[in-house]
Amino acid sequence: MPTALTALTIHELTERYRRGDVKPSDVADAYLSRIERLDGDVGAYLAVTHDRARAAARAADERYRAGRPLGPLDGAPVSIKDVFCTRGVPTTCGSKILEGFVPPYDATVVARLEAAGAVMLGKTNMDEFAMGSSTEHSAYKLTRNPWDLSRVPGGSSGGSAAAVAGELGLAALGTDTGGSIRQPGAFCGVVGLKPTYGRVSRYGVIAFASSLDHPGPLTRDVRDCALVLRAIAGVDPHDATSVDEPVPDYAALLDQGVRGLRLGVPREYFAEGLDPEIERAVRAAIERLRDLGATLEDVSLPTTDYGLAVYYIVAPAEASSNLARYDGVKYGLRAPGGKDLIDMESRTRAAGFGAEVKRRIMLGTYALSAGYYDAYYGRAQKVRTLVKRDFEAAFARVDLLLAPTTPSVAFKHGEKEDPLAMYLNDVYTVGGDLAGLPAISVRCGFSSNGLPIGLQIIGRPFDEARVLRTAYSYEQATDWLARRPELA
Amino acid sequence: MTIFQTVIGLEVHAQLLTRSKMFCGCATTFGAAPNTQTCPVCQGMPGVLPVVNRRAIEFAVRTALAFDCRINAACRFARKHYYYPDMPKNFQISQYEEPLAEEGHLDIELADGTPRTIGIQRLHLEEDVGKLVHEGTLETAQASLVDFNRAGMPLMETVSKPDIRSPEEASAYLRAFRAVLVYLGVCDGNMEEGSLRCDANVSIRPRGTAELGTKVEIKNLNSFRNVQRALEYEVKRQADALSRGERIVQETRLWDADRGHTRSMRSKEYAHDYRYFPEPDLTPLALDARWIDEIRASLPELPRARRRRFVSQYQLPAYDADQLTQSRALAEYFEAAVTAGASPKATANWTMSELLREIAADDEDAIRRSPVSPANLAGLLRLMDEGTISGKIAKDVFGKMVQTGDTAQAIVEREGLTQVADAGAIRAIVDDVIARNPKAVADFKNGNAKAAGALVGQVMKATQGKANPALANQLVQEKLTKM
Amino acid sequence: MITRQDVEHVARLARLHLSDDEKERMRVQLDAILAYIDKLTALDIEGVEPTSHAVPLLNVMRDDEPAPSMPQGDALANAPDRAGEFFRVPRIIED
Ligand SMILES: [Mg+2]
Ligand SMILES: [Zn+2]
Repeated sequence: MPTALTALTIHELTERYRRGDVKPSDVADAYLSRIERLDGDVGAYLAVTHDRARAAARAADERYRAGRPLGPLDGAPVSIKDVFCTRGVPTTCGSKILEGFVPPYDATVVARLEAAGAVMLGKTNMDEFAMGSSTEHSAYKLTRNPWDLSRVPGGSSGGSAAAVAGELGLAALGTDTGGSIRQPGAFCGVVGLKPTYGRVSRYGVIAFASSLDHPGPLTRDVRDCALVLRAIAGVDPHDATSVDEPVPDYAALLDQGVRGLRLGVPREYFAEGLDPEIERAVRAAIERLRDLGATLEDVSLPTTDYGLAVYYIVAPAEASSNLARYDGVKYGLRAPGGKDLIDMESRTRAAGFGAEVKRRIMLGTYALSAGYYDAYYGRAQKVRTLVKRDFEAAFARVDLLLAPTTPSVAFKHGEKEDPLAMYLNDVYTVGGDLAGLPAISVRCGFSSNGLPIGLQIIGRPFDEARVLRTAYSYEQATDWLARRPELA
Repeated sequence: MTIFQTVIGLEVHAQLLTRSKMFCGCATTFGAAPNTQTCPVCQGMPGVLPVVNRRAIEFAVRTALAFDCRINAACRFARKHYYYPDMPKNFQISQYEEPLAEEGHLDIELADGTPRTIGIQRLHLEEDVGKLVHEGTLETAQASLVDFNRAGMPLMETVSKPDIRSPEEASAYLRAFRAVLVYLGVCDGNMEEGSLRCDANVSIRPRGTAELGTKVEIKNLNSFRNVQRALEYEVKRQADALSRGERIVQETRLWDADRGHTRSMRSKEYAHDYRYFPEPDLTPLALDARWIDEIRASLPELPRARRRRFVSQYQLPAYDADQLTQSRALAEYFEAAVTAGASPKATANWTMSELLREIAADDEDAIRRSPVSPANLAGLLRLMDEGTISGKIAKDVFGKMVQTGDTAQAIVEREGLTQVADAGAIRAIVDDVIARNPKAVADFKNGNAKAAGALVGQVMKATQGKANPALANQLVQEKLTKM
Repeated sequence: MITRQDVEHVARLARLHLSDDEKERMRVQLDAILAYIDKLTALDIEGVEPTSHAVPLLNVMRDDEPAPSMPQGDALANAPDRAGEFFRVPRIIED
């Protein structure tokens, strides 16, 4: 039986494009019809951009016909988290407050993907303003985990992860502020990479927490991840915090193996609260990498336990500032009936933001307000320094760190009502965000109830190449990717 | 009665003469149609990021050096939060704990020549907000309209120390401040267009006490005259209140130039919880010492130094030097004319009286583009010096130079205005005038010396001013004494 | 301990209209979160510099080159309310 077009990876597809076996339009159509058929169940998309996709695919057809494809992403369908601004395409960030907003510009990474020939299928669902770990905080719809529709896909990039896992998309863009690429990557069993802070431009990425927001790819396998990262990485004159470091050809460096690499296992990441099934799977993965020639070392990141507390000050504080602009004056929602400006603004923000966003705006405003700055924001940024130093000390001894991505597998919708319980999902991912380190989540097994488990590999700043190559070695040595979720 | 001492600090916002805005590429041209000079960045759209304009930093450094400030080894932008619909992000990117420069001073001179040094506390950069147009007045408007063209314009805020002791000093400080900025080429100094805006902090205290009184912030001081008037009003208001045994409330008051008073702006304290924190979208700045040295080396001579030099080098009276150095263009005009060979004092007189009759002293551009170039003014003065034309004719010629842009030489030749210095020709006219004015002659004979002057005037009139006045006078005297 | 007045003050700063129920829920939840965050006081941060960026950069600036602005139509396209060439907002009463 021939493999369905939607089951192929980017590198498999583009090889067929070059051979002329299949053309980008066929693949775009296959995805669009699969979305049509199945996204009602999954709810990965907020908007499907049929026309833009077909036009881009036809242009790619032409380039292959002429023998001049743009590169390894030409004709590859991609799904874009609705946090990225897309020119002429409504962009809501999962929030009612941006209902109807049509950006007059493209985020840098979207422009880079399209310039590389990628075909945008649509905008994916997310937790409102990327605040959440389940995509249940979207103002628009629920997204279901393709492995078990009664469960969450993780978040906040839940729509992107679900699309890639459910073959409703081939590769996707997400953002990771406290774990929002890796955690849904783990829950949906796809590859999710959070690059180094500054590696990928934030221009056009609707800000949640500026010093923590990391755009990055979600893909079916590690090679695709390397290809997408290469296309989107690099300094951007529109983002003063993007870094002018050379961007290597990550895919070309995948085959170097792990022999001689020193891998650290932070003991604090295997502490109380970790699901034993996950611990078993992750420890087995670590052993597998040792078998492949790496050496293992126990390391300690003593401030791990404080990461979440730092995160839940820094992120809401920055968010309270970034979200001040949504006031009903320039774009998006304006609530009716305001008797004066302040009334209009307060009503608009009350009607436009969901409960989680309001909670974080309140928390962040409080943490920055007169008399509390030093006790909260100031202190948190100092502890952040300690968190960063922990990682620096560890990386003085080892090349990479290995850990679980999440303490549990995908949970059921509505299971985590208490905000703090939800926040604990990010316990293994926030450290990488606070320290700005590159980190990937790859599938490393399944729970007894058939849900994917994620292995997290964390690297030194700008060492994405080694993170990817280690993930690739592991992926090649195992056959976890053979299993696929069954959608009706 | 208690004698009060006035304590004033000024906060000046200067719009910098960059080509593009502070954090985006939008042009800074004044007067464009509403909302045509915005982009996603300065409109605060979702997802946008600011990037610092290097020239704005350079201009701030330049100014800080001119005020002898300490340039901080590291400076940083911060977000200042408050809601106002003309501010797209509902925060302003400004500087807070780590400003670009601190601890400088501006030396000024009062009208009577008293020198004063006013401390400068800090100098920092920030972005401007947009413009609100109210449908009616702010109080009665049912709606307001927003134009974001000005949002994101680069502003340099300079805060003086509370060293100013009178409204007159405040006005002198602002004038000197403006002159420095204009000399540096960092601001056009145009208060009407809002390129230079001034707020003041005013308090009074019984003379001899060290403790500061409660300060009141006065906004909307948009001209030198208003600065002085508003402060005079406010100082009196506070003194009257204290004399009545009232207390001064710490508040912000708005100067109403039409009504000539300040009035309280309702504003509760919590509105001032600005929640500053370091701007996470921008990197800190640690300015390169070599770059600062380069900027220092390129500083022009500043007004005060130039004024001193004008006195010593050109022997100008202090008043002239002061007037000529108020504007950089005017000072340069003067020096160019002198370099072209004109006498300093005559050039000073002609620049101050004739040139400034045609062009406003603070219109730098117009002075630079003056139809009478400095070289042409020197040419005119030379014709006068050589006796080719009289002073009176010279003034007419100057007027024609303004209209045509021609040289004095060309105008004098074209219109036949050359002074008659031929004694024979003038003597004939003198004879004629004396013959036709027996009454004046009789008056002179009767001891009225002034009558001779009237006769000289007649001679000048008869020659349409072309007679050499000294020669005419000499010939009239000769003739009269011989009679 | 977060009080109801704290919640109201912060809601005013943040321009958020909250119902009485929301205020109470917010008070309880913020209190719980801040209690959790209080664990940070256990760490010695004496002499520690704050980290505002994970990857430290300095002096990133752009040249003073003007770039085209948006056409007025684009600038106003998303306005919830406009009057001619302007964004329109309800009357302003200082708070
Ligand atoms: Mg200011
Ligand atoms: Zn702009």
